Amino acid sequence: MDKIKVEICCGTACYLLGAANLMSIGDEIPAELRDKVEVEARTCLELCDKENLGGAPYVRFNGEEVMAQATNEKVLARIEELVGGAA
Amino acid sequence: MLNGSTFIRRELMIRIVRAFDDGTLESELDQIPIKLRPKNSVASRCCVYHDRAILKYRLMAMLGVSVEDETDESKSLAAYYAEKAWGGGAEHPSRPRAPLSVCGPACSGCPDAKVVSTPNCRGCFARPCVYNCPKKAISIVGGQSVIDQSLCIKCGKCITACPYHAIVKTSVPCEDACPVGAIRKNGHGVAEIDFAKCIFCGKCFAACPFAAVMERSQLVDVLAAMKRGEKLVAMIAPAAEKQFPGKIEQLLSACAKAGFGDVMEVALGAEKTTEHETAEFIERMEKDPKTFMTTSCCPAWVNLVGRHLPDLVGHVSLTPSPMVYARELAKAKDPDAKTVFIGPCVAKRSEARRKDVDYVLSFEELGAILAGRKIDVIACEPWPVERPANPTARNYARSCGVTDAVLAEATSKIPGFKLDAKQINGIDRKTCAMVKLYAAGKMPVNFLEVMACPGGCQNGPCSLS
Repeated sequence: MDKIKVEICCGTACYLLGAANLMSIGDEIPAELRDKVEVEARTCLELCDKENLGGAPYVRFNGEEVMAQATNEKVLARIEELVGGAA
Repeated sequence: MLNGSTFIRRELMIRIVRAFDDGTLESELDQIPIKLRPKNSVASRCCVYHDRAILKYRLMAMLGVSVEDETDESKSLAAYYAEKAWGGGAEHPSRPRAPLSVCGPACSGCPDAKVVSTPNCRGCFARPCVYNCPKKAISIVGGQSVIDQSLCIKCGKCITACPYHAIVKTSVPCEDACPVGAIRKNGHGVAEIDFAKCIFCGKCFAACPFAAVMERSQLVDVLAAMKRGEKLVAMIAPAAEKQFPGKIEQLLSACAKAGFGDVMEVALGAEKTTEHETAEFIERMEKDPKTFMTTSCCPAWVNLVGRHLPDLVGHVSLTPSPMVYARELAKAKDPDAKTVFIGPCVAKRSEARRKDVDYVLSFEELGAILAGRKIDVIACEPWPVERPANPTARNYARSCGVTDAVLAEATSKIPGFKLDAKQINGIDRKTCAMVKLYAAGKMPVNFLEVMACPGGCQNGPCSLS
């Protein structure tokens, strides 16, 4: 099974609007899920255009699914769902 | 720390930068409040119309206009923008260039602080609250403690005595945060800053949970100067370390990429402050071994002495701050360049005006420029600095940093040199009272370092982390 790819946008806009707090997600993933998930800090994912700035910080799952106003709790919950669905 | 207040401030700043770069700021300004709070959207306050009114005032402060100076409520943001023309508008005579402004409609008019009993009270048998109250203000009515507000002196003894944490003190965060009693509610129940008392420490700005206290920004002034083709030197405060991802040298590169003509660390100026302040201290001690000296690099502290502690004025070091020396270095390199101090400090805005530093940006505002121009600090190559600043100079942003630097400098000149130093790590009402005692002749040491922010500049009111 492919790992679930979690990209955290660390572009300056997302960083200012909350991504700084998301950096610890890698450490918060439950031990049993760690080898199933790959967390990556990315430079600007170009999701924060004019109308969508308020949605920062952004996180992207598996290269396609975008989460706006991401928080550690929301991201962890989604990771668990995705792992559950894939199993 | 990120919260709703910082989020909206940063979002608005980034929008300003982007619209400015698109050349549409003047036409977009008045649309922003409506875009952010369209009808039928979820309001943060009573309704979207109140939200929009507040957003307008926030944008006004971000244009550098004092909300207190508003005379015509129907005046559009576009009109303020056009009128300012970025040469600096007229200043209100009683508030010459005050860096803070209170947005009245955002102020919640928090009720006066009082000590109250909550339903957590179990009406216990021991009743330590009743026994410990020095004013006999507490009685038990219907199995619950009740505090007679006409007798209560808010000493807080009952709060500590209650094993159920049932008694709390309500607070007015801005008034609690202000070390000098400069912010008070006016006749309309809205917070108002007494600018004759204010030392611009920015504590009310950071404390208000309604984000009613705002900085008068120079963000658009800087953007406009860049657009006019002026050469701006970004002078990055030592507190920049760990504010953005990446190293200071990468942040310098990011600034250059964002349009600053030159970039430098203020820590280079701090090296000169150390050198001169040490020499000044040694000279003062030689003249009078019983005297004492206090530091001059924290502008809120210098303002505090100037406005509230006249007895200490002669004891403040005459050595210029790192920012002032950094400006000298920048001007020596290019006399026509304009200087921009970039840091975490509100009070630097008042110092900059006295010391001919052209502009001040907060780390938030710099972040907005970088975000607006899609520059990621970690993606930047390190800037080729001639030499990195001395570690003791970079350490100025931490409490004890100045003391350590002066001590290191003095011991290198005079082996075995002893510094009898004390640090005031954060100005609040308590430390203010203590300093007043020092000023009255009870100074226990010969070197007093004062930082208005606990931990030093790195925890300044406009810091990012």
